[in-house]
Amino acid sequence: MASNVWRSMLSHVVGAAKRPTLQTVTLIPGDGIGPEISVAVMKIFESAKVPIQWEERNVTAIQGPGGRWMIPPDCKESMDRTLIGLKGPLKTPIAAGHPSMNLLLRKTFDLYANVRPCVSIEGYKTPYTDVDLVTIRENTEGEYSGIEHIIVDGVVQSIKLITEDASRRIAEYAFEYARNNQRSSVTAVHKANIMRMSDGLFLRKCREVAENFKDIKFTEMYLDTVCLNMVQDPTQFDVLVMPNLYGDILSDLCAGLIGGLGVTPSGNIGANGVAIFESVHGTAPDIAGLDMANPTALLLSAVMMLRHMGMHDYGKKIETACFDTIRDKKVLTGDLGGKSKCSEFTEEICRRVRDMD
Amino acid sequence: MMAAALRGSVVTLAKGLTGTGPWWQQLAARSLNMTASLGGPEAPPARADATFKVTMVPGDGVGPELMTAVKEVFKAGDVPVEFEEFHLSEVQHMDSDEKLEQVLASMKTNRVAMKGKINTPMEFKGELAGFEMKIRRRLDLFANVVHVNSLPGYSTRHNNLDLVIIREQTEGEYSSLEHESVPGVIECLKIITREKSRRIAKFAFDYATKKGRSKVTAVHKANIMKLADGLFLQCCAEVAELYPKIKYENIIIDNCCMQLVQNPYQFDVLVMPNLYGNIIDNLAAGLVGGAGVVPGESYSAEYAVFETGARHPFAQAVGRNIANPTAMLLSAANMLHHLNLEYHSNMVSDAVRKVIKQGKVRTRDLGGYSTTGDFVQAVVGNLRHRPMY
Repeated sequence: MASNVWRSMLSHVVGAAKRPTLQTVTLIPGDGIGPEISVAVMKIFESAKVPIQWEERNVTAIQGPGGRWMIPPDCKESMDRTLIGLKGPLKTPIAAGHPSMNLLLRKTFDLYANVRPCVSIEGYKTPYTDVDLVTIRENTEGEYSGIEHIIVDGVVQSIKLITEDASRRIAEYAFEYARNNQRSSVTAVHKANIMRMSDGLFLRKCREVAENFKDIKFTEMYLDTVCLNMVQDPTQFDVLVMPNLYGDILSDLCAGLIGGLGVTPSGNIGANGVAIFESVHGTAPDIAGLDMANPTALLLSAVMMLRHMGMHDYGKKIETACFDTIRDKKVLTGDLGGKSKCSEFTEEICRRVRDMD
Repeated sequence: MMAAALRGSVVTLAKGLTGTGPWWQQLAARSLNMTASLGGPEAPPARADATFKVTMVPGDGVGPELMTAVKEVFKAGDVPVEFEEFHLSEVQHMDSDEKLEQVLASMKTNRVAMKGKINTPMEFKGELAGFEMKIRRRLDLFANVVHVNSLPGYSTRHNNLDLVIIREQTEGEYSSLEHESVPGVIECLKIITREKSRRIAKFAFDYATKKGRSKVTAVHKANIMKLADGLFLQCCAEVAELYPKIKYENIIIDNCCMQLVQNPYQFDVLVMPNLYGNIIDNLAAGLVGGAGVVPGESYSAEYAVFETGARHPFAQAVGRNIANPTAMLLSAANMLHHLNLEYHSNMVSDAVRKVIKQGKVRTRDLGGYSTTGDFVQAVVGNLRHRPMY
């Protein structure tokens, strides 16, 4: 059965399989503040003595044979070999004629699941405390299929596509994730009372997959109810799985609850075992090169990557160092409310990591 | 008081001066009959006791309980409004096309209605549009306005909020046009038209002007849905140019959600298509206290329907007497304001605010232990203490 093959492949990637000693990871620094924060992450990993070697690659779109835009072949080859990637923010030029780089990466590696864990950061106070949830968003179809037409002048139609395969795939990933990360419940977010056929199909697939995972509690909730309850009491949610548009909005909403995109990690999981972890904030061209950037988002994404690779100890060490630094409030970058430079913040985290050994 | 009544009538005219008949007839008819919106040949004649007739559709879930609360408060306050009730429900199998026609005919006669949420079941038999959508489309209730105001005396994470959310209600993602092209592949169409986008944008700017608001923000996702939301954004920008005194901005929906939970004070009036409106209505309602405290209304060029802002049937509370009637009572007060019954409108809304401020009688969603009945009694008690001019 295809799903059994799929499941075994997934557990091979996500579970604690034996790993070779030195692992290679493809690093895509990105634009704007990307290079600075990538350097910061590499320095912190070095001081933690993580057995990872980095392979830096660039992703500017090039036009392949037949006029189709694609990512550079050396980047693709590197990713296919290492299967793990860490990506900084990429600039999307407005009139470059090619689709956004994120879209190209997504299509090339079939990155169908976007995972964003949102955990309240102890030192960074927001009005919402004790947030601990994960949003899993279907990333390939739904409202963002990009199929739009002008029917007549003044009437535009945009198509939302929901397919059985994609819905089943994301539901299976969500339950696997919940099982592997000791999460107790999965909530499907939908609007099946209005979009009865499309979200109805998504919901049916989630229910079917839930039958195979009886140890995880499965609930379903309307999108508006989730929004209403999320801003009143976010502690009632655990893992949320949803189609593309709702996922986009809810994952940003949850990022806002814990402090914004500057501190939120994110991971994209693809078919064939590829996983790319990224920081979701922008390139911040106004502070690029001024040593003012905050590397927390990329660092937490890298920690997520370590957990995905099975290196839980290193991940915990670096994460604790980062949270302790933020909690102490002595060395903070501008966006967290302090006055330090990016290099000082990085150095502080490196010092804590070294002290922990 | 005379000046206030006159101002009120001009306001009502300005709100709906597009309807039937030439303008002079509408202006003349205003002094002759007492119905809320434009007088026309089909309006009922004035009654000697000048009671307004309002259609009432309690809906599902706690709707009937909330409507009972409204009726009790109105009776205690001697409000000159008579309700014509219709029980329309899809989940309880009290639906049929004749009932729908009856409700629509009544709404068209009375022109003002109060409505609870008519639940749409997830399984559909034949038609994809539920009863709520059908009512909205038949009456062309294109604008949904939700008032998000912090209640004095009840503090949340964000206090002193004052937002207005205007949502296009008839097209967009809720077009009910879905089909299964191949087994396992379903398409759902989202329709955006220039005419309706312009209409809602104009409504938003008119509303902002009338209420003295300074900024209108359009919410969209035009970086991804370039043609559909791009058209909506373009229409908003075109209409914005006609209102130089009002500041116009736009923001992407996911950034908007993030900003609403981090710094909601930067927004004033928000205008958006259907689905985003649903999300932001509920988000903003959650910011000030939940679905029980936010009133809302739906407008068409000729009709006005008053309901709660966040529309949930709250089925788990049925029969337990725990629902919070604040939203429905505040919406009823807005309805009285729309009918130009200023005195009664202020009386009801002041009583409700006083009860919330005192904090002794609070329903469960606001952290108290009182029942719906207790709350209504408290409101009724505060009504009688209203000083006469």
